[in-house]
Amino acid sequence: MYAFDLVKPKSLAEAIEALQADEAQPLGGGQTLIPTLKQRLAMPGSLVSLAGIAELVGISASGGVLSVKGATTHGAVAAQTDFPGLAGLAGKIGDPAVRHRGTMGGSIANNDPAACYPSAALACGATIVVAGKDGTREIAADDYFQGLFTTALEEGEIVTEIRYPIPQASNYQKFEQPASRFPLVGVFVAKFADKVGVAVTGAGENGVFHWEEAEAALASNFSPEAVEGLTVSADGLMGDIHATPEYRAHLIKVMTKRAVAACA
Amino acid sequence: MPTISMTVNGKSVSGEAEGRTLLVSFLREELGLTGTHVGCDTSQCGACIVHVDGQSVKACTMFAAEAEGAQVTTIEGMANPDGSLGVIQQAFQDNHGLQCGFCTPGMVMTAADLLKNNPNPSEKEVREYLEGNLCRCTGYHNIVKSILAAAATMRGEQVAAE
Ligand SMILES: Cc1cc2nc3c(=O)[nH]c(=O)nc-3n(C[C@H](O)[C@H](O)[C@H](O)COP(=O)(O)OP(=O)(O)OC[C@H]3O[C@@H](n4cnc5c(N)ncnc54)[C@H](O)[C@@H]3O)c2cc1C
Ligand code: FES
Ligand code: FES
Repeated sequence: MYAFDLVKPKSLAEAIEALQADEAQPLGGGQTLIPTLKQRLAMPGSLVSLAGIAELVGISASGGVLSVKGATTHGAVAAQTDFPGLAGLAGKIGDPAVRHRGTMGGSIANNDPAACYPSAALACGATIVVAGKDGTREIAADDYFQGLFTTALEEGEIVTEIRYPIPQASNYQKFEQPASRFPLVGVFVAKFADKVGVAVTGAGENGVFHWEEAEAALASNFSPEAVEGLTVSADGLMGDIHATPEYRAHLIKVMTKRAVAACA
Repeated sequence: MPTISMTVNGKSVSGEAEGRTLLVSFLREELGLTGTHVGCDTSQCGACIVHVDGQSVKACTMFAAEAEGAQVTTIEGMANPDGSLGVIQQAFQDNHGLQCGFCTPGMVMTAADLLKNNPNPSEKEVREYLEGNLCRCTGYHNIVKSILAAAATMRGEQVAAE
């Protein structure tokens, strides 16, 4: 690792201030960033640790919305009971020690094409709240995720909160790449009174995406059979040593059917 | 270099750490607590697992300065006060839960974390909780058996010897 200063602010305002320094970068749980630093793929001047900022940690549910603060760990999300589908997703990220450190804000900021949370955020139509020196912005998930490791987040901004409308029923199915334990394909299905969200991670060349045909079919008939007649095109899907685009396309359908079945 | 302080295995300690100093380097090199191992240094194997404020974490994937003021427990803190093996450690010995022993500190720390929250886990729950702990030689079977035996002992049950 190259040398850097580790800054430990006590408040969000102090953190935003510290991030205005040259080459400053937020440090969430470090479960992605520290391995990156070890490979010398990043050279920050300072890391601004968010873990100790009380106002950035916590989960609350009210008015049918689950609000998760940016520095809340995967373990805490897995333990909440207001949104079981999201708890199930969080409880399958990595392993217990990773879940004790890794944060939702870090995952949403990083937008790894195989990260789990972006699928839940997109399927539910979550709102991503970010704060920077010019104030706070609320960004719809559809506008926030913009491609591989790319988001609407600007330099010097912090993901402070993610607000999920809580579905009537939901489920996440993850087909694991056994070495990395990231999803080879992950599908989040969220059933609301007036719509169904189906979002796919691990598969798209441009990161997380809606499977719109399945959303439409499931809105009128919420059953695994509704997905049966659909086909997923391999165009625009990732291919690598772990799986071809065609195999990923197949998995998307299988995982979607399993998720719908698990919602019942 | 800044000086940082924390409580390790019940004792207040302090030492020097740069921003980039990992908790595992601080424990091993600054404090001389070499029971915590570095297996992969890439957040995969769990040999470096310690407890920070009661939760298992990979000490190779946390900066020492982030543990400033925290309560840290390492494998050295798992023995009984008289130096004899603690319940989980003894169960590993009794059940042949280790061969080379390289992964064992992390296995024991993960087991302790599991059993604190779930004193009566099923075999499946033990296996799932060990997801981030890799063993290259024992095979997981006897490790799982050791943890189930430790759980039974901690619940005050007699375990039939084989
Ligand atoms: C063994 C292992 C297995 C894993 N398996 C999975 C898996 O199955 N699914 C999955 O989704 N993930 C997985 N992960 C990744 C894990 O979920 C990370 O915790 C997560 O991707 C990043 O969160 P973090 O808090 O650790 O962020 P960090 O590593 O601290 O930061 C990641 C990036 O986000 C930035 N950042 C951090 N927090 C914020 C914030 N609040 N606002 C703005 N920017 C911020 C940092 O500057 C950095 O660029 C795994 C990791 C490991 C080590
Ligand atoms: S040395 Fe830390 S996980 Fe392998
Ligand atoms: S006992 Fe040798 S690696 Fe586990």
